[in-house]
Amino acid sequence: MELVYKLIDKNGLVFAFLVVGIIMYLSFLISEKLFRKKIPGVALAVFVGLLLALLGSKKGIADIPLFSGMALLGGSMLRDFSVVATAMGADLSKIKQAGWAGIVGLFSGVFFSFFVGVLLAFLLGYRDIESLTTIGAGACTYIVGPITGAAVGAGSDVIAISIAIGVVKTIVATIGTPLIAKTIGLDNPHSALVFGGLIGTTSGVTAGLAATDPKLVPYGAFTATFYTGLGCLLCPSVFYFALKAFL
Amino acid sequence: MKIYGVALLAFCFLFGKLLGNYLGVLIDLKSDVGGVGFAMLLLMISYTYFKKKGVVKELTTQGILFWSSMYLPIIVAMAATQNVNAAVSQGPIAVVIGIIVTLCGFFLVPLISKIGQSKNQK
Repeated sequence: MELVYKLIDKNGLVFAFLVVGIIMYLSFLISEKLFRKKIPGVALAVFVGLLLALLGSKKGIADIPLFSGMALLGGSMLRDFSVVATAMGADLSKIKQAGWAGIVGLFSGVFFSFFVGVLLAFLLGYRDIESLTTIGAGACTYIVGPITGAAVGAGSDVIAISIAIGVVKTIVATIGTPLIAKTIGLDNPHSALVFGGLIGTTSGVTAGLAATDPKLVPYGAFTATFYTGLGCLLCPSVFYFALKAFL
Repeated sequence: MKIYGVALLAFCFLFGKLLGNYLGVLIDLKSDVGGVGFAMLLLMISYTYFKKKGVVKELTTQGILFWSSMYLPIIVAMAATQNVNAAVSQGPIAVVIGIIVTLCGFFLVPLISKIGQSKNQK
């Protein structure tokens, strides 16, 4: 048995291919036989992934040494690499056409996420501007939260909450997108671009769109990739000072 | 050769990330701003260019297609390596704010897509 552990430890990435392959196979099987494809196999697979993440802590299942290769396979390097590859099937003219709506979506996405987050934090009893700003930033993405928190000097407990909000957002986007896609007209490149800008968490947007219709992924990913940067730019500066002026 | 496609992808990826990082430095952020977006643009432009020139062969395309199809399994692995425990254990505050904010974003989609589309029709 020790030999097996050693082998897997040395070939973590290859083992991760096997694990994910099995997850995908079982999810598609269950989706077909049990749910008659009403719940897409991809959505199910992502959900299984999230459940498995509960077994670990910071890095999800990758905290268990046996599964450490999952962190490499699911890390930002390979994720971004494969997301860029999806652009090959994307239509440049459609991005140009939706350019304006994408930009509006991007700015309103950061703006609404931040201020809705601040408003809710205020209702829940937070009063100091540093905490409010950090929580609002966490409502953008789980990267904007801690960066903003560090910049304005918020407490580490508030920073932890801001990260958690961002992660919840990713999860809700992942599970919720395929369920709500029809209602909000998310079935074409145009609305996918707007969607990416509004939700902004690259992982949530891409996973949610993948479960809805893989063809839409490149469009959503395209705008979402600018979101975190824009959030990091606006939250600790313009938005922070705006809050300071009003409260 | 398939590796040509993968190499083209790698070039676009690195160059796009470089642009994103430079943009980050330029606006005084130490992070990548839109690197993936730039890389996607580069790939779309260079791929169409090479295709027009007739340099792109079926195999080259397959090299890129492979990575684009690996996208789904990678997302599953990414989901499995998220800090889901932190999200759950921070209590209702994080969950409530996270859910409401995301739902607000969802319902803004039809509104803002409409604005854009009517502008395009003009």
